[in-house]
Amino acid sequence: MSNSTKPRTIIEKIWDNHVVAERPGAPPLLYIDLHLVHEVTSPQAFDGLRTRGLKVRRPDLTIATTDHSTPTTPRGLPILDKIAATQVEKLIQNCKDFGIHCYPLGSDKQGIVHVIGPELGLTQPGMTVVCGDSHTATHGAMGALAIGIGTSEVENVLATQCLLLKRSKTYQVRVDGALKPGVSAKDIILALIARIGIGGGTGCIFEYCGSAIRSLSMEERMTVCNMSIEAGARAGLVAPDDTTYQYVAGREYAPKGAAWDESVARWRQLPTDEGAVYDKSIVIDAASLEPMITFGTNPGMGIPIRGAVPNPSDITDPLERDSLARALVYMDLPAGKPLLGHAINVVFIGSCTNSRISDLRTAASVLKGRKVHPGVRVLVVPGSQQVKEQAQAEGLDQIFRDAGADWREAGCSMCIAMNGDQLEPGQYSVSTSNRNFEGRQGKGARTFLASPMTAAASAIAGVVSDVRELL
Amino acid sequence: MEKFTPFESRMVVIARDNIDTDQIIPARFLKTISKVGLGDQLFCDWRYDADGKPKPDFILNKPESKACQVLLAGDNFGCGSSREHAPWALTQYGFRAVISTSFADIFKGNSLKNSLLPIVVPADVHAELLKNPQAPVKVDLASQTLTLGSGRSVKFPVDEFAKHCLLEGIDELGYMLQQEPAIAAFEAAHPVGIDTRA
Repeated sequence: MSNSTKPRTIIEKIWDNHVVAERPGAPPLLYIDLHLVHEVTSPQAFDGLRTRGLKVRRPDLTIATTDHSTPTTPRGLPILDKIAATQVEKLIQNCKDFGIHCYPLGSDKQGIVHVIGPELGLTQPGMTVVCGDSHTATHGAMGALAIGIGTSEVENVLATQCLLLKRSKTYQVRVDGALKPGVSAKDIILALIARIGIGGGTGCIFEYCGSAIRSLSMEERMTVCNMSIEAGARAGLVAPDDTTYQYVAGREYAPKGAAWDESVARWRQLPTDEGAVYDKSIVIDAASLEPMITFGTNPGMGIPIRGAVPNPSDITDPLERDSLARALVYMDLPAGKPLLGHAINVVFIGSCTNSRISDLRTAASVLKGRKVHPGVRVLVVPGSQQVKEQAQAEGLDQIFRDAGADWREAGCSMCIAMNGDQLEPGQYSVSTSNRNFEGRQGKGARTFLASPMTAAASAIAGVVSDVRELL
Repeated sequence: MEKFTPFESRMVVIARDNIDTDQIIPARFLKTISKVGLGDQLFCDWRYDADGKPKPDFILNKPESKACQVLLAGDNFGCGSSREHAPWALTQYGFRAVISTSFADIFKGNSLKNSLLPIVVPADVHAELLKNPQAPVKVDLASQTLTLGSGRSVKFPVDEFAKHCLLEGIDELGYMLQQEPAIAAFEAAHPVGIDTRA
């Protein structure tokens, strides 16, 4: 435990609050307040428990849903992919066997694990949260320390409710000023990753702060925190404030009555102390940001929407030069030319990065009264069934349908292309998801990552577009 | 798990930076509920053509790559998704160590839990390895030493606890279960607010 008089960051405070044991020769043993489970990274972990004859230590702190292998076609239809169907059924059986509450396919609360956690009020400030998924950092928006883990660690947490984890470095990401119209939370995080690179946060946990972060809604903060891993960070979080408390209040699993007041009083102690020292820091001027788009095969290969694709010949490091050259070959893009106006085949609006109600409202506001370009297939995939219900209550589904977009059921869908929603080889998408790796959206698929606004504007024009021309 | 013993091997070289776990094993193979059978899918989209035939020019398909236990890769190896299928695929192909100038955090942790040793070397050592890709290297975890073809020996860092587990052939869950009294004491002192089953 650290000296209580030393100023601490929120990262150190949450960490210190959860250290169960720190033995010589072993990393700290950290208590986990909430464990989120999905179908892809858990079956081998449950099998491990069976082999050892172990139970789930705290089923009351564990929750499951199906999202990755899950179709986004109408819910009454069977899962056509037999292997995916087996995986989904296996999760349901494992949850039954081990006493874990699951929101399966067909539940009105099913959805992407990182959408339903905050939505149900399960994720709360000051918590430690884990999930066998690298986008777990999303929950950091609530002021939680949320860490993506592998399947062995899923098994460890199921068995002990703890994680063995070395401390990470603290990295302050300060974003000051006001965003210009047409620039969104997605552009903040894409700009950060473009600046520090996809390994820039390795070994670190980000704390996002500054006036631009403070003025973001909770859903926008989730978008920023979500992509912390794309800069290599172990986690990313935003200290809780009144925006956080207003979001959490009244949600299904949020504390109620006297417990609520107690919780808020405790949460108010979490923000970083005056004078606390970070291992690293960066400052970004929000007013200088433009809508961002990626051109390459990792999320760090991003440029302002009116910028030019960089030229490999300008890079001195041979492996870096080679990476860029390979990316341009894969993407079939010329160096030195802008991406603006490049033809696209598909627009995907969804994923744990941008599938919440505010994302859908933003996309709908651009698409309202307009038509999707005839050559473009547009998928709008709500992050959860609750988001879907809300969108339908607001008539957003009708706006999407009238524009010519496909309105789907909740899931990860074309972000990871495990469920049949995918690009054809060689096709280009503008996608609101988080990864543009080779083949991520289907074998041979080519992905341009961007905000919901940029995606909607591009859907209408059929080419990569600057949404500001429509505002 | 088997005990991690010293070995000598030639290297498979994939000199690319930022090799992500989607390249190591594409997401469509993550629908499995098993840990095994993933070695053939390692680097699938680089390794096979559209008809599923091995591409003769890809390094893993060359005869000299057979029986290689060391992969030499570029910076930030294993970035992206947390899928443990990545180290499973690498070990099932036959790799026991990956050498790079840096590794992504989750991949590194997952590898150490699966008898796959991530070896971080400085840029000059990496450059020397790239210059002599045919030369066998020696890996000795106990002394944390990598010996290059030239005979030059370099020390590499490894987490003390992970090293102990690898050398003994044990996983960390055994240790964690032994901490039961401390976990129970922590739980007694820190009642939590949520009950997901309520």
